[in-house]
Amino acid sequence: MDAHLKCQIKESIIRGLLFFIACIAVIGVLLIIIFVFQEGWPVLAKYGLGKLLSGTEWMPTSEVYGLLPLIVGSFYVTLGSLVLGVPLGIACAVFMAEIAPEWMVKLVRPAINLLAGIPSVVYGFFGLVVLVPMVRMLFGGIGFSLLTGGIILAIMILPTIISISEDALRAVPRDYKEASLALGATHWQTIYRVLIPAAKSGIVTAVILGMGRALGETMAVIMITGNTPLVPKSLLDPGATLTGTIGQEWAYAAGEHAQALFTVGIFLFVLIIIINSSALIFARKKVGNR
Amino acid sequence: MKLKNLLVILLVLGLTVFSVASFAAKRLKGTINVVGSTSVQPLAEELAKKFTSKRKNKKVKIFVQGGGSGAGIKAAFTKTADIGMSSRSLKPSEKGLIKTVIARDGIAIIVNKKNSIGELTSAQLKKIYKGEYTNWKEVGGKNMQIIVVNREAGSGTRGAFEGIVLKKEKPTNTCLIQASTGAVQQTVSVTKEAIGYVSLGSLDTKVVNSLKIDGAECTAKNIKAEKYPIQRPFLMVTKSAPKGIVKAFLNWILSKEGQKIVAEDFISVK
Repeated sequence: MDAHLKCQIKESIIRGLLFFIACIAVIGVLLIIIFVFQEGWPVLAKYGLGKLLSGTEWMPTSEVYGLLPLIVGSFYVTLGSLVLGVPLGIACAVFMAEIAPEWMVKLVRPAINLLAGIPSVVYGFFGLVVLVPMVRMLFGGIGFSLLTGGIILAIMILPTIISISEDALRAVPRDYKEASLALGATHWQTIYRVLIPAAKSGIVTAVILGMGRALGETMAVIMITGNTPLVPKSLLDPGATLTGTIGQEWAYAAGEHAQALFTVGIFLFVLIIIINSSALIFARKKVGNR
Repeated sequence: MKLKNLLVILLVLGLTVFSVASFAAKRLKGTINVVGSTSVQPLAEELAKKFTSKRKNKKVKIFVQGGGSGAGIKAAFTKTADIGMSSRSLKPSEKGLIKTVIARDGIAIIVNKKNSIGELTSAQLKKIYKGEYTNWKEVGGKNMQIIVVNREAGSGTRGAFEGIVLKKEKPTNTCLIQASTGAVQQTVSVTKEAIGYVSLGSLDTKVVNSLKIDGAECTAKNIKAEKYPIQRPFLMVTKSAPKGIVKAFLNWILSKEGQKIVAEDFISVK
């Protein structure tokens, strides 16, 4: 066999192998989608989308599957985490990219990465022991509340928001900054009139990914939001979330109850897909495009 | 041809030696997978440890996993586990399983250390969990709201509690929900208006107070004498009549030695 042919065969084998491996990842996602939909579909079909979405009571053992309390609960904790986490995260990113001296960045960045590495059950325990009594003391109520969940989630999404925003800020072409400074703008004016707008798409991506993380977080939320399956009236009410309900009830659920949890999974899936695809769309916009 | 013959002879010889050896030793070996209720889990782990530390059982491996009563029964039914643990009686829909009652457990009603209440009747408890009583002064306590802490829907402990206390009536939805015994205890210990329930085996009277129900304290003695009303069976279920090491393990649990370990935290059945 001549060497050329040998090379060609080798090449095509490797190409096939890599293609196969790439397929496995895609097949994995597809299988999960098929499985979740297959399991959750019967309940969705039996009770109807409208009834599930407008139902205000979640009593799975009595076959009442109202998703509204869970959706509102998820919405509140996610909103709370964004309101608290986004300004803090962006401010921290600006500080790291623009203001902090090199040695400080070297100190702060590992600390933030460490924040990302803490297991969520530890956040939950911290929330239970420290934040719950603190919220109770400062804001009243019983401490177990959606606000407490929002606070802990804000801390948890910080690493995502900070690192992606910082990358976006650092990717802004140097010319923009130099031009702005040369025109007589101060450093601060340059930051908030030039750099942040230029890095807008990256920052929005960071926020959206942070939102996805907040929406998907389970363990920490279970431990501190109280999980009351009623539509919460305020941020200080305890409440249940979509992920928390699946996480809590999965172990014991049987029959239709288990299927209903997969229906909750479908809703989560759709929400996360919407969030992630909007992140992709923003991420594709080039840095500097306004 | 010659090689093939030799192989067959070797194989037969090997099998004979092996079976004679194992017959002579009379030692048990193999693995038992035990899955199910997190209430039964600590007891099952303790039993497994003691059982496998006996000399003739040195080669038996027992793996105990949580997952909940429902999961345990499912696992026993589908034979993904040799034994399923359940902390509630089997439902009528869960047919075709062999059950062995290995212990009894009481469910303790717990309140915060700062709560002045020391006793409730089952009728009062029922009204609290149904949401009819919402203030502690209605049962003779201080003027503060009652915060009901419940377990998640489907939990074995909750199933047992609802069956015994609520008699299948719906509990109030205005409650906190925690997914484990530890979380309920933790919640009650940090919330002074809270009331919750945990199994007697996990009760830690250092962090919470346990209430007398209908005049009886939640103790092993009162449960055995059936004075304390809130109690439930611990089951080990198998798909078919237990045999081999599974049978040996279950028989040992029911023996004097096994029941002595049961009695350390729970209530023995013998």
